[in-house]
Amino acid sequence: MSAQVVTVTSGKGGVGKTTAVASIGVALAAEGQKVVCIDADIGLRNLDVVMGLENRIVYDLVDAIEGRCRLKQAMIRDKRLPELYLIPAAQTRDKSAVSPTDMTRLCDELRAECDWILVDSPAGIERGFRNAIAPADRVIVITNPEVSAVRDADRVVGLLEAEGKGAPSLIINRLNPRMIKHYDMLSAEDVLDLLAIRLIGIVPEDESVIIATNRGSPISFESKSKAGQAFRNIARRLKGEEVPFMDLENHGGLLDRLTRLTGRR
Amino acid sequence: MGLFDRVVGRNTRSAESAKERLRLILIHDRTDITQDVLEALKDDLLATISRHVEIDSTAVRIDITREGRSQRLLADIPLKNVTRRRTG
Repeated sequence: MSAQVVTVTSGKGGVGKTTAVASIGVALAAEGQKVVCIDADIGLRNLDVVMGLENRIVYDLVDAIEGRCRLKQAMIRDKRLPELYLIPAAQTRDKSAVSPTDMTRLCDELRAECDWILVDSPAGIERGFRNAIAPADRVIVITNPEVSAVRDADRVVGLLEAEGKGAPSLIINRLNPRMIKHYDMLSAEDVLDLLAIRLIGIVPEDESVIIATNRGSPISFESKSKAGQAFRNIARRLKGEEVPFMDLENHGGLLDRLTRLTGRR
Repeated sequence: MGLFDRVVGRNTRSAESAKERLRLILIHDRTDITQDVLEALKDDLLATISRHVEIDSTAVRIDITREGRSQRLLADIPLKNVTRRRTG
């Protein structure tokens, strides 16, 4: 095995990095891949709660880097998927506890053990971001269809190009088809045109993401959720499969078709 | 668009303004060229070109356009027609 390291980053906070890492990790592991998710947001750890593994933390990323434990001891095995692991961030330290070289060394050590290493980057463009992108073979930039999130995403794309990391792939998260239809939200095409990078996923706004996070069970487990489907599609695209993008405009459900027939919204 | 908005003439297509604003913001962020710099550049360009040929300075347009992730400076400078005297 030689894992691919994929870092998810965004510039702006709160656009869905952690949700994306947890959901893509679950989706890959559900397809039989061995996945290690790393929370690189030191001091503000959250991937553990989104994955529902917060009660099982003994050692963390900084413990492993500083040699207080073996790497294997910092890897928490998921309850539901035996091939899914989490290396949590340290909560009582800050970004300076880790360097880009530390991250690269740690990921290189892990590569032989798994198929995928997913790194959850902190928001911002400082040390934490540099740590998160250092080991990446591939970077995914995630954004929302909003002015500030797109602007920050563009800044991050520029920095990645300057770092020689190559062009990242884009996830547009929390698209609201109803608002797009009324021209009150940037569409996926608009965002893609502005950022001009390769698209790897569009994820509709979906209340069930909040419910899934409440329960600590990533949305990819929900077979009926549209956002869950979108993240499962992203996982398949990462594996190199051609998967058509979801049609968010037309739901095609019975109720939807009926309301369209009667012309009522 | 709601009736009220239509009556007061409010444009609710906010996605349009988001896109237009972002277009300008991203050009600025990527190139570090402000509107002031662009104006100064325009003045310098016009002064230089005017030394050699006559131009219609009121119709000059200088813009930054996007092509994927790269920007280019586009100058549209109309030349004045020389008033030719017809001989015969």
